[in-house]
Amino acid sequence: MTRSLTLRAAVVSLLFFAAFVLAWHLATRGAGATVAMDPEYAKLMGATATQGKSAMPGPLDVAQTLWGHLKDPFYDRGTNDKGLGIQLGWSIARVGLGYLLAVLVAIPLGVMIGMSPLMSKALDPFIQILKPISPLAWMPLALYTIKDSGISAIFVIFICSLWPMLVNTAFGIASVRREWINVARTLEVGTLRRIFTVLLPAAAPTILTGMRISIGIAWLVIVAAEMLVGGTGIGYFVWNEWNNLSITNVITAILVIGVVGMILDQLLARATRAVTFPE
Amino acid sequence: MTQSFISIEGISKRFPAAGGGATTVFEDLWLPMERGAFTCIIGHSGCGKTTVLNVLAGLDRPSEGVVIVDNQAIEGPSLDRAVIFQSHALLPWLTVMGNVAYAVSSRWRRWSRVEVEEHARKFIALVGLSGAERKRPAELSGGMKQRVGIARALSIEPKILLMDEPFSALDALTRGTLQDEVRRICRETGQTVLMITHDVDEAIYLADRIVLMTNGPQAVMAEIVENPLPVDRARNDVHKHPLYYAVRNHVVDFLVTRSRSFSDADKAALNRRAVPVVRPGAPEPVVLGGDTLTPSWPGSRVKEA
Repeated sequence: MTRSLTLRAAVVSLLFFAAFVLAWHLATRGAGATVAMDPEYAKLMGATATQGKSAMPGPLDVAQTLWGHLKDPFYDRGTNDKGLGIQLGWSIARVGLGYLLAVLVAIPLGVMIGMSPLMSKALDPFIQILKPISPLAWMPLALYTIKDSGISAIFVIFICSLWPMLVNTAFGIASVRREWINVARTLEVGTLRRIFTVLLPAAAPTILTGMRISIGIAWLVIVAAEMLVGGTGIGYFVWNEWNNLSITNVITAILVIGVVGMILDQLLARATRAVTFPE
Repeated sequence: MTQSFISIEGISKRFPAAGGGATTVFEDLWLPMERGAFTCIIGHSGCGKTTVLNVLAGLDRPSEGVVIVDNQAIEGPSLDRAVIFQSHALLPWLTVMGNVAYAVSSRWRRWSRVEVEEHARKFIALVGLSGAERKRPAELSGGMKQRVGIARALSIEPKILLMDEPFSALDALTRGTLQDEVRRICRETGQTVLMITHDVDEAIYLADRIVLMTNGPQAVMAEIVENPLPVDRARNDVHKHPLYYAVRNHVVDFLVTRSRSFSDADKAALNRRAVPVVRPGAPEPVVLGGDTLTPSWPGSRVKEA
């Protein structure tokens, strides 16, 4: 009896998931010691002290909260009470805008660096120094110069998405096979047409790999950036719920961040497959 | 001096050597080529024959000398000179049609898509790949890929076709078929060809003239062998021609011994501008058939009995 690997893997995945949820459930079941206290005082205390409930929410609590958010993702009841969908929308919009700006800068610049050994050598020290800077380190400078927290967050996304795309584009263009370039040369193809018909298609898989790394980093950074700038976004939501001591909401948000991150990564993975050519 | 269609005039190639000075790959090469002629350059690896071809293609510049094509010194790559690369060099993200059409649309920029595809289809048919237009290079065998490379090069209707060991990566059977195709196409179209090879039999089958290059560094063109075999030679019996082994032995002797032993004194004695032309001959063998003499090869002279 042979079953497909995918099916067997899915079964094992489900088993792991069930084991994890069960362990979580058992660990947060409660049954801690309760202390007899004055009913008036008990009202001020949480369920942990009065009923011996675990301070950590269990899987059922999280599932319930998640279901509540999914049922009504777009409500807006004031500054600190917006639906999860709205918060995610803000984060995705910021990432999208910052990322798009980075694409517009990184790809043309990367093509130029990749085509010109002079530019490659001349710009290398700048890239090497700027690349390892944590994008959040730019935040104060951005806030000071831009004077707008929303745009500053977008700038931070821009700066963190830039480097992987720039470096990969330059590398991809510089390592396009000599013979393909020679084909274009013997056909007297002009520079611009050569870029679009030979260099970019040949380097596309490498460029898309850089773009995939960038979107991953951008999604990591947006949470931290929104915790700092506040107002809206999934990062702000996490921090706000921490201030509310709503661990259930924090765990729910963590889960949702993971799922969105995966979707973004898969979109880019699919795009990479679309431009990859077999040799 | 009559002007040849293509003329290599005193080209040399030098590279800066480690520790100053320069390494000379080849030196002071002169070679005229007539319109419609099929010329092969043969020599060992490192004699710079690929560089000679790249200079003609305009992909490389000689350190000295010029190449003249149709009364014009070449400045760089041109659509007049098509290259068939050793590794086929097809663009793997394009289909067969895409690859050929890319060349056609580069040649005739104003043509519409329909015109380009129609022209490309003609050349895809010429190399026997009709029906494979929508395939990508990865789906083709090595021989089919090289056919696409040939179609792409011919489709721009170049003044000269430059081939850099085009069949060396193919298996013997495919190589034979492709040589037949190339010979047929070049004869039909009167294409001028320069081919680089190190396969003696290939050179003898295809070329009108075989240029022998000595070993590098400081390689020179030592000799031009005129192919004495009839133009209507066919693959299956070319080796039965009485002169076949005369030519073959001459070229092999050169490659085995003379390419190495060609001394500085020999180089000094060589008239670079008019390299000796050799036309290997042999005693005319005849076959006795009853009481009449039958030539052993159509075209070979029958001795009077």
